[in-house]
Amino acid sequence: MVQPATIDLTALGPILDRYRGRGRESLLPLLHEAQDVSGWLPREVLQAIGETLHVPLADIHGVVEFYSMFYNEPTARRVIRVCFDPACHMAGSPAVRLAIEERLGLKPGETSQDGTITYETVPCLGMCEHAPNALNGDRTAGDLTPADVDAFLEGVYPEPEPKIYGGPLIKLARAGKIDPTSLADFEKYGGYKALRKALTMRPEDILSMMKGSDVLGRGGAMFPVGLKWEMTRNAPGHPAEKHIVANADESEPGTFKDRALMEQDPFSLLEAMAVAGYTVGAENGWIFLRGEYPRAYKRLSNAIEKARAAGYLGHNILGRRGFNFDIELRLGAGAYICGEETALFEAIEGKRGFPRIKPPFPTTHGLFHQPTVINNVETLAATTAVLNMGVEQWHKLGTAESPGTKWFCVSGRVLRPGVYEVPFGLTVRQLIQMAGGVIGREVQAVLLGGAAGVFIGPRRLDTPLTYEDSKAQGFPIGSGVIMVFDEAVDLREIMYMLARFFAHESCGKCYPCALGTQRQLEIVERVLRYGGPLPGDVNMLRDIGLAMTQTSLCGLGQTAASAILSAVDRWPELMQPDSSNGRIVSDN
Amino acid sequence: MTNMVTLTIDGLPAIVPAGTTILNAAASIGIEIPVVCYHPHLTANGLCRVCSVDIGRRLQAAACVTTVAEGMVVNTQTKDVVTARRTILEMLNSTIDLSEAPHLQDLLLEYDADTERFDGMERRESPVHDDNPFYLRDYNKCINCWRCVQVCAEDAQYTFALSFDGRGFHTLIGTFEGDGMMDTTCVFCGQCVGVCPTNALKPKRQFLLEQGVDPDDIFRQTRRGGKRRREPVAEN
Ligand SMILES: Cc1cc2nc3c(=O)[nH]c(=O)nc-3n(C[C@H](O)[C@H](O)[C@H](O)COP(=O)(O)O)c2cc1C
Ligand code: SF4
Ligand code: SF4
Ligand code: FES
Ligand code: FES
Repeated sequence: MVQPATIDLTALGPILDRYRGRGRESLLPLLHEAQDVSGWLPREVLQAIGETLHVPLADIHGVVEFYSMFYNEPTARRVIRVCFDPACHMAGSPAVRLAIEERLGLKPGETSQDGTITYETVPCLGMCEHAPNALNGDRTAGDLTPADVDAFLEGVYPEPEPKIYGGPLIKLARAGKIDPTSLADFEKYGGYKALRKALTMRPEDILSMMKGSDVLGRGGAMFPVGLKWEMTRNAPGHPAEKHIVANADESEPGTFKDRALMEQDPFSLLEAMAVAGYTVGAENGWIFLRGEYPRAYKRLSNAIEKARAAGYLGHNILGRRGFNFDIELRLGAGAYICGEETALFEAIEGKRGFPRIKPPFPTTHGLFHQPTVINNVETLAATTAVLNMGVEQWHKLGTAESPGTKWFCVSGRVLRPGVYEVPFGLTVRQLIQMAGGVIGREVQAVLLGGAAGVFIGPRRLDTPLTYEDSKAQGFPIGSGVIMVFDEAVDLREIMYMLARFFAHESCGKCYPCALGTQRQLEIVERVLRYGGPLPGDVNMLRDIGLAMTQTSLCGLGQTAASAILSAVDRWPELMQPDSSNGRIVSDN
Repeated sequence: MTNMVTLTIDGLPAIVPAGTTILNAAASIGIEIPVVCYHPHLTANGLCRVCSVDIGRRLQAAACVTTVAEGMVVNTQTKDVVTARRTILEMLNSTIDLSEAPHLQDLLLEYDADTERFDGMERRESPVHDDNPFYLRDYNKCINCWRCVQVCAEDAQYTFALSFDGRGFHTLIGTFEGDGMMDTTCVFCGQCVGVCPTNALKPKRQFLLEQGVDPDDIFRQTRRGGKRRREPVAEN
């Protein structure tokens, strides 16, 4: 067993001092800072935090227990996190994990004797274009092979930059071409042009522009951005009591698009949020970033500091009297559910990430139960694109009902995985071709829309990727996931990983999802590993799926059966006992 | 005058004040929608979803937390509604020891639940906590209805002794760092025991009586003796 390090509260003192006078909404940031001291959160530390922020100890305990990246048992300051989800699995993650385990002498979840290193296998790290990948503390690593493991563990393996392709690059125009840490560079290449333009317009005119642009939310729910901004603007409340939240939680397996912008062009997110703040009449900006994006965190922090120093954030922005807007960057702590908008608010408020019952909706009762716009990072990027190019030009891209561009996350068995910014209307096949085609003989299946999406077979590859086709043909565009599987992939393994993901990430609030994701996982696991399906398993999956889909409280449970049932429907043979069943495949 | 709303429930008209839940609207015309987590005096969180009904949409609506709308057409017993209800109950029964939850036993019967359907699958198990003279906590019987947590917090007592361990399927009611109740902020008001629907929280007297312990002994063991940790009573 690991020797618990002696608890040194002296290092904590100055941190607590900075937080004195604040309340529960500072709980997550303080837990992060406190954990950085010794790698975990001993009892004494939690008690001191409770006293400082005036939060009941039971509640602090509940919060620490909820988030995977908070530890109340001895854990090293350096955690090695290796992705075990589909894209990485197909690209050789099992062999990399084996090499790491041999080298460290640790199994997943274990900490070294000397307490200096903890090793974990984790869900999708949002870097699928660099599969297989891992984090060494705050250092990212991609395209790993067993031979790279030494360099990776020593912290000298190079950090990969996002891979961005497609065209025309509108929302990602600057990405990869400018120094993401330089405000001067950003300004030189058109940065803050949209905000300057916005300030020459009345908020009402910007709203009608946004409505005319037909930009739908890129986070999955496809709500029109113009309408959302207008509803929040019209909600009663002073600008000091309204919020603009950028949803940068990006944790759905196969999704990595927002990271590309935040790492390569972080100022553009701040600009878009300021435009939203001006338009809506909201003074508080928040970015909620998933905890596993250390580099995006650094680049966004740097950008916020520089933008503030230059007067792009703060009071009377760009000399406009009364236009106040600032941004607080918040780091998640390992919980996919916190991408759900109301769970995200709860997380910022210092609670367990339990989704709220809707209505009321965020536009009137959002963060701190005040009027709130919450938008996906890509949605926000689209709004500045529209401002810069005008509604007419925007409509020249894409189709009539789906104007503009979309970021697709192409991953899996293709030659050139990456973020593809393309106009709406390309087919799945065209995107796969753009990505260099399938590795292997042929496409066996494509997962569209993410873990919460559906599988399609090779006969449906000519489906155009538009909102109208998505509606007509019953597949989600979702967060733009296109994960490709060739003939060599055992789809049951992929189903198992998706089921494992939902069971791991269900918040546990409502019964159909908390119980259903677990039972779904057990059935899929039995099919894959323990001798194949039993009679009745398909019916059970269908009943569980029905209960989850129709009665769950939030979108997680409502979509947790989608991909799995789509596979069962399309390929009934997956649920038939056969000779390949019963073998033991590599775990986790 | 309050705004009245007209809707149809199982083919019958109902006229209720705006803001009424579907659950109460149905009750007002004699239609009973099953509930598990709902408690009329506590904040409704829409947890069990057993009260879900068809309102003509892709998603069903949890009747205890959904308010009525003009012209709404509610069906409380469609095929999908019944399937979902039965499946939730079956999954619950395969996870939790419901033997001392009479209301859930009734629902299992009423919905023709197959109580062996998910046999052999993981149950939510934890040791019985016998750490104070007043009540036992047996979370093997706990359905996570949150009632105890709520009465301990803003719904009544503002004591904040209870919260959660883990998440998802593995969520359990818990205390700070798993401390025994004597070491928490608990004031032993007993409200949690009073609202628990499954006997997961049980008065110690009742437990000892069930074990056949002599009433004199029970008196000695459950007498209030100041706030300090007690040796657990031996279990068998
Ligand atoms: C389980 C779950 C996870 C989600 N994760 C994200 C996410 O990581 N990023 C995101 O933008 N939206 C996510 N959403 C959708 C948000 O709830 C919300 O609809 C979105 O942020 C709204 O922004 P948009 O209108 O710009 O799309 C998630 C939804 C659910 C149910
Ligand atoms: S559907 Fe799942 S994630 Fe959403 S509230 Fe219910 S248990 Fe939590
Ligand atoms: S202990 Fe009882 S009251 Fe508390 S959550 Fe469990 S079942 Fe509900
Ligand atoms: S990062 Fe591994 S699957 Fe996405
Ligand atoms: S009774 Fe309505 S959700 Fe439990």
